[in-house]
Amino acid sequence: MTTTETPKTVLAPTRGARFTGAAANYIDERTSISGLVKELGRKIFPDHWSFMLGEVALYSFIVILLTGTFLTFFFQASMADVTYAGSYIPLKGVDMSAAMNSTLNISFDIRGGLLMRQVHHWAALLFVASIGLHMLRIYFTGAFRKPRELNWLIGFVLFVLAMAEGFTGYSLPDDLLSGNGLRIIDGLVKGLPVIGTWTSYLLFGGEFPGTAIVGRLYTLHILLLPAILVAALGIHLVLLVINKHTQFAGPGKTNDNVVGVPIMPVFAAKAGGFFFIVFGVIVLIASFFTINPIWTYGPYDPSPVSAGTQPDWYIGFADGALRLVPSDWGFMIGPWTFSLNIVAPVLVLGLFIVAVAIYPFIEGWVTGDKREHHIADRPRNAPTRTAIGAAGVTFYAVLWAAASSDLIATHFGLTIEGVITTLQYLLIFGPIVAYLVTKRICLGLMKKDREIALHGYESGRIVRLPGGEYIEVHEQLSDYERWRLISYDDYKPLMLRPDAKGRISVTERLRAAMSNWFFEDRIAPVTRAELEQAHHSGHGAIEAAPESEPAQLH
Amino acid sequence: MAQHGDGVTAPEGDAVHGSAVTTALAVSHQTVESPGTAVVPTDPVINPGFPPHNPRMTDLYPEKAARAARQVAILFYISIIGSIFAVAAYVAFPIVPGDPGSIRINNALLGIGITLGLLGIGLGAVHWAKQLMREDESVELRHGTRGTDATREKAVEVFTLGNNESGIGRRSLIRNSLIGALVLTPVPAVALFRDLAPAANPVPLLQHTMWKKGTRLTRDPDGTAVKATDVTLGSAFHIIPEGLNDREDALEQKAKAAVLLMRLRPEDLHVSEARKGWNYEGIVAYSKICTHVGCPVALYEQQTHHLLCPCHQSQFDITHEAKVIFGPARRPLPQLPITIDSEGYLVAQSDFHEPVGPDFWEREL
Ligand code: FES
Repeated sequence: MTTTETPKTVLAPTRGARFTGAAANYIDERTSISGLVKELGRKIFPDHWSFMLGEVALYSFIVILLTGTFLTFFFQASMADVTYAGSYIPLKGVDMSAAMNSTLNISFDIRGGLLMRQVHHWAALLFVASIGLHMLRIYFTGAFRKPRELNWLIGFVLFVLAMAEGFTGYSLPDDLLSGNGLRIIDGLVKGLPVIGTWTSYLLFGGEFPGTAIVGRLYTLHILLLPAILVAALGIHLVLLVINKHTQFAGPGKTNDNVVGVPIMPVFAAKAGGFFFIVFGVIVLIASFFTINPIWTYGPYDPSPVSAGTQPDWYIGFADGALRLVPSDWGFMIGPWTFSLNIVAPVLVLGLFIVAVAIYPFIEGWVTGDKREHHIADRPRNAPTRTAIGAAGVTFYAVLWAAASSDLIATHFGLTIEGVITTLQYLLIFGPIVAYLVTKRICLGLMKKDREIALHGYESGRIVRLPGGEYIEVHEQLSDYERWRLISYDDYKPLMLRPDAKGRISVTERLRAAMSNWFFEDRIAPVTRAELEQAHHSGHGAIEAAPESEPAQLH
Repeated sequence: MAQHGDGVTAPEGDAVHGSAVTTALAVSHQTVESPGTAVVPTDPVINPGFPPHNPRMTDLYPEKAARAARQVAILFYISIIGSIFAVAAYVAFPIVPGDPGSIRINNALLGIGITLGLLGIGLGAVHWAKQLMREDESVELRHGTRGTDATREKAVEVFTLGNNESGIGRRSLIRNSLIGALVLTPVPAVALFRDLAPAANPVPLLQHTMWKKGTRLTRDPDGTAVKATDVTLGSAFHIIPEGLNDREDALEQKAKAAVLLMRLRPEDLHVSEARKGWNYEGIVAYSKICTHVGCPVALYEQQTHHLLCPCHQSQFDITHEAKVIFGPARRPLPQLPITIDSEGYLVAQSDFHEPVGPDFWEREL
């Protein structure tokens, strides 16, 4: 579609160009697409490796859709009893559900079926992982600030949907492990006060396991959840285009420009190529690494034990939360059973997840900053936020580790009691320590940046002064290098002031307290005067000239 | 709607870059949004503007560019070969029933072909973009996300007109009755969900299992009956009620009725007054369904007589009527009272005296 950019010197068009031109014309006369191409075709995308995490998520989702569609052609979402007669000898003659039977057929009787199953599963694991990393990138660089708070929320919804997709998909084959996973869900739901029993009863269509759950989860897995997911993803990407991407501070980059490569052609080639790379790598993994070998587990049966089996990684934190509850948490309210051993972990996880979802709004309220922010922070330059994030990551990591408490115990020859007790303490004190340490590190790094920006870095070169004294030469940064270190947003704690009626509201007090917590240790960015002073006084060190003088600005 | 600027391509000269930056900064001074507690610097260091552009090897030497172009084409050719190879492997390496090796080969070769087909395109396109496409950075100006004042006024006008022309603000009778109607329309949909499950009340179902007086204890899974004499000291049996395998709802029943049978020395058992006579000469039967969230508890440690649940590591002490000694479970495993019938087979004296499995609200115990 080159119609909008006619070259100045008109050459005789080649046949290919004539065809493209005609095709573009045909489409545009029916869709006025040229407007869209003009608007978007040369939009600029900043380049940074960490911006690719969201792309990985998007591409693995496309892989999931493609392979999932293939799988639906063969999978039977039914719990009807059948006797296995396929080519996997050890299970011949075993009674199982049609779901398990068809999954075995996909794996053993359809060429490429196992590959597609494994690509689907690996891509799903990568999907959730890349969303998680993408969210961490957004969080630690403050890319959720205005105007992107809503997109954070939509991204959060996508994360939850991805986990729901993962869990429903994991449950479909109706093998021993997935049945056990459903059993845990059933027990969890039953433990919820008031609504638990009936919720489980309706969900499973009767008593656990019943004959309905696989079909119902299938409808959720391939229809309802993907429909919501695709819609949310669409809005996520449209908002990305409207808000334009953030960029890291750098020379020439400001809050009011976007510096990078245009969509056509460079970004399209890189991103399109990257899609094929992600797809290719997933297929490569699926060609050589078995995932979820349901044939070794056998069909679901409520009785056999399966020690040491693990849920898919993204469910681990929930399983870990269940494990860390001490014995005997629960009580009776009159004739009713209140299972605190279920309610407590559900509440803790719920609060954690809600905190993640609303964090941008909390920070926005504390700072009161209504400006748009398009420059991504370096994590160190927002020490409190980064420290809170580190605490959250630690909390999640402890829960996640708890899901493998038995493996940790057997692997390192520890008692299970010891491991659980340690993790219980870690769950409470780990985040606090992580918070304090991270905040110290961030402040230390900021101080060091400030030092380097003002006085340069130690070059390791020792020089003898005419007076006989030895000093180390400090190498100055170029203006370009320095700019990366010193351009960041600076906030100070909120000063409490009475409102027009001379009162100070409770919310304002809370805000001031939080603001104080966030910003009491601040390290102000270098000012021009400080920089000039540092350059002229010399501080007893010989300063090497910057390597390249920047062009003079007006 | 936000207004999008046309892409501004950065020209080569630094001075022009600089001016682009300063105009951009000038724009930022006009913003009216409150900075909150942010410190707006009075004496900021000035953005130095774009650093000079360093050309790539392929920009400087035409032969390097030609080589990169060849490499890109080779990668695309590899992709073509990979795709063809995948189809060939699909045909040439079929699955031989009963031969797991053939599946592994089919999986690996098909996978390699498809991988090459994909990676060839991917790596080729990225290499092309990095080496041969114009790579100096371009600049585009941002504009505030909010619509311009004029646009927003127009939008307000649309709403005002909509309100005036429909009268929805004025005609409160219509408005309120409509809200009432809209609120109620989803209610039938909620009601429809009642029949997701059968009509029966779930609570009695959860309170009873298949066990009743005289039901024989049989082995899981084959259903053969167990004599008291089969159960030697220190052994453990996985048990289901007699007749379970013939039932339509075998899985649902098994999920409640599964039992673990163990024989301990009678003097090791601490039996409470109410449960005297529930064991038979040191043979005890306990529900195998964990009281936490329902996994099968079946790791039996002979030495300590502890049962361990593999799901969340709850531990139950069989010598003390399966009380919880560790882990998140909060109730002992229910005990099944047993005895022997006239032929010496182990039988239940009754159903469990309390609901088995996970807690639920209406449990009453
Ligand atoms: S189900 Fe047994 S400990 Fe959780």
